[in-house]
Amino acid sequence: MKKILTGNFAAAYGATMARVNVIAAYPITPQTTIVELLSEIVADGELDADFIKVESEHSALASCIGAQAAGARTFTATSAQGLALMHELIHWAARARLPIVLANVNRAMAPGWSIWADATDSISQRDTGWMQIYCENNQEVFDTILMSYKIGENEEVLLPTLVNLDAFFLSHTSQVVDIYDRKRVDSFLPPYNPKIKLDVEKPRAFGGLTSPENYYEFSYKIELSHQKAKQVIRDVGKEFGKIFGREYGLTESYMCDDAEFILIDYGTIAGTAKDAVDRMRKRGIRVGSLKIRYFRPFPEEEVREIAGKAASIGVIDRAISYGHSGPFFSEVKASLYGKTIPIYGFIAGLGGRDVSIREIESMVEYMQNNKPQNIVWIGVKR
Amino acid sequence: MSSNNNEKDIVKIKGADDMPSMPASIGSMRMNKTSTWRSIRPVILKEKCKSCMICWKYCPEPAIFPTSPPEIDYDYCKGCGICILECPFDAIVSEKEGK
Amino acid sequence: MSSDSTKKIKLTLPEEEVMSPGHLACQGCGAALAMRYALKGLGKKTIVSIPACCWAVIDGPFPYSAAGIPVQQCAFETAAATASGISHALSQLNMNDVVSLAWAGDGGTFDIGIQALSGAAERNDNIIYVVYDNEAYMNTGIQRSSATPHGAWTTTTPVKHYKKGRKKDIMQIMVAHHIPYCATASVAYPEDFIRKLKKAKQIKGTKFFHLLAPCPTGWKHPPDITIKIARLATETLVFPIYEVENGVYKLNRNVKNPKPVVEYLKLQGRFRHLGDEEIDYIQGVVNEKWNHLMKLIEAFGEN
Repeated sequence: MKKILTGNFAAAYGATMARVNVIAAYPITPQTTIVELLSEIVADGELDADFIKVESEHSALASCIGAQAAGARTFTATSAQGLALMHELIHWAARARLPIVLANVNRAMAPGWSIWADATDSISQRDTGWMQIYCENNQEVFDTILMSYKIGENEEVLLPTLVNLDAFFLSHTSQVVDIYDRKRVDSFLPPYNPKIKLDVEKPRAFGGLTSPENYYEFSYKIELSHQKAKQVIRDVGKEFGKIFGREYGLTESYMCDDAEFILIDYGTIAGTAKDAVDRMRKRGIRVGSLKIRYFRPFPEEEVREIAGKAASIGVIDRAISYGHSGPFFSEVKASLYGKTIPIYGFIAGLGGRDVSIREIESMVEYMQNNKPQNIVWIGVKR
Repeated sequence: MSSNNNEKDIVKIKGADDMPSMPASIGSMRMNKTSTWRSIRPVILKEKCKSCMICWKYCPEPAIFPTSPPEIDYDYCKGCGICILECPFDAIVSEKEGK
Repeated sequence: MSSDSTKKIKLTLPEEEVMSPGHLACQGCGAALAMRYALKGLGKKTIVSIPACCWAVIDGPFPYSAAGIPVQQCAFETAAATASGISHALSQLNMNDVVSLAWAGDGGTFDIGIQALSGAAERNDNIIYVVYDNEAYMNTGIQRSSATPHGAWTTTTPVKHYKKGRKKDIMQIMVAHHIPYCATASVAYPEDFIRKLKKAKQIKGTKFFHLLAPCPTGWKHPPDITIKIARLATETLVFPIYEVENGVYKLNRNVKNPKPVVEYLKLQGRFRHLGDEEIDYIQGVVNEKWNHLMKLIEAFGEN
């Protein structure tokens, strides 16, 4: 069934069609309409779930962890300050191997107060062990939530997922979203059935004191699962394509095969990049765009494969790791170690600054006329 | 933990393949015989004991069997002395451990 | 096990042991005893959320556990939120005969955990919350908490700067949330504690227990007098045993001839530095609190 949905509503419907059992969430702009719609959906009985109206984001994730450990499929949503407040428990959920799905509306960190698009909040969770995905459009938000449950709950994976959508550009912008039908979604995503959980018939203690004799191996197992997850992601993405007609991978390649310049991007910028590619191609410039969906696990294989084809690469980051460079840039560069292809790091759109087709065209112009730089500030006013 | 472990209850982990994905317990703390914590041991004087079970009631381990008369579980008794003090009939005495 | 006597045994507590010995509690630990009683009262169909506190270590390291029931160790602030999440999962999974228990120390309840506790209580989430109060952050080495009583030494309130200021009145805070059941309890009166737990199990909503758990290590007393100290706390009116059910107060242990508070203080090294003036002050505070409680019982008791 097709609906006109904002990104937030797409996220709410994703949780609904995924038949989550427990939701615990706290409002924060611009995520609020996710929790508001979910409150209505639960109240109307459209979703049989318990929605715990917690008193902070920290308690939201704590309650999801408890509920998931007891065998319930859980969902939460937040943004910026809320995600940061959860940070201690973000580590917890991954280390406890609980496949929670969290919809994060990418918003700039304070101070000063900003409610607009910026990826710093989710990038700051990079090393916690969560899988994380950046969505280009609202259909992708909906589809990604469904797939994230299936992938995360896979016994070889057992990891939580951060599903990111840009503040306002997606969260509050209406697009056509197909939410399919119960029959197909239920066949794709069966009920959550973990092998190990809090069970009075088989009592176990979870999370106890772990000495250096064993802690290292638990971390090793998390990394093994991240590597295994890559194939699970590809397999589930293909299965999704077969059932619903949209196939997904760790990345999405647009016109890269014969490209001289390849842009690597994520989030809504990836959508604009496709339009910019079309426009530049009309002018005879062979540009392509590689959209990175999964930041973790990082698609090193896909990035290396793309790099083989082009003359230069420009990475567009809507975040910066101060004192170094854009986070996706540094990871792309590290993935391409040993190759001689020039790589440019563009910083754009921090704090919700619009990144239009013109801005992206200026990046390619820069690549045509300048040596590679780690940081090129697009549109900064001096 | 104790050097006096209950061998058969010890969980043997060689490496990652023996471990669950997350730190979830496999065995019971029964493997840890806390008898080595004692510097004194309680001894129940059967002739004075009235089987009131107050000692059993207040043991924090627990290391007293609810029999008549009660019996101290010397595998786990830490020698805290609560039972000695709480016995209303002075039927439990303290002896130096390792006598 | 020999049984050469034919005397009949009368147990005043359920016989079954859920918790196993071999755990890592100090000799004479009030908190260990408290859990032993709680599990007798609630039974095996219980899932407990344990935040950072002594019990996070007492239960034993991976790969072992002493509790005998499923344990969800959780972050320091989150005992109530974790237990709430579990209670909702149990409801969704139609396991309504399983109890979700939160088991936290005073640090994780009065201080860092109070937000989550207040949130759960305001929502009336279906959990039993027990704070085993040993009156300081004992697990991290005896630092003061807002449950530390006036006059006590701790490592962060050394003798020259001993803790000044009254203990936070957690029972009043919880009663103010209008939850169906609040009660104090003590390891000296296990029958009372277990009776109250069985009652709480039948109530839907948030049930709160403030339990006094003496700590030989932190209160600086010999391990054998743990029960004696707990008993004295009630007999000197420092720790009254009462319950508040739907706002109705009931005193469970009336103390007809209260002992002077110095009888309780003098047995504990953490109060050794106090002079007569300070002890008189503490007696005054104890009397004031008791009179306040008597007025509440008079005004809001079962009449």
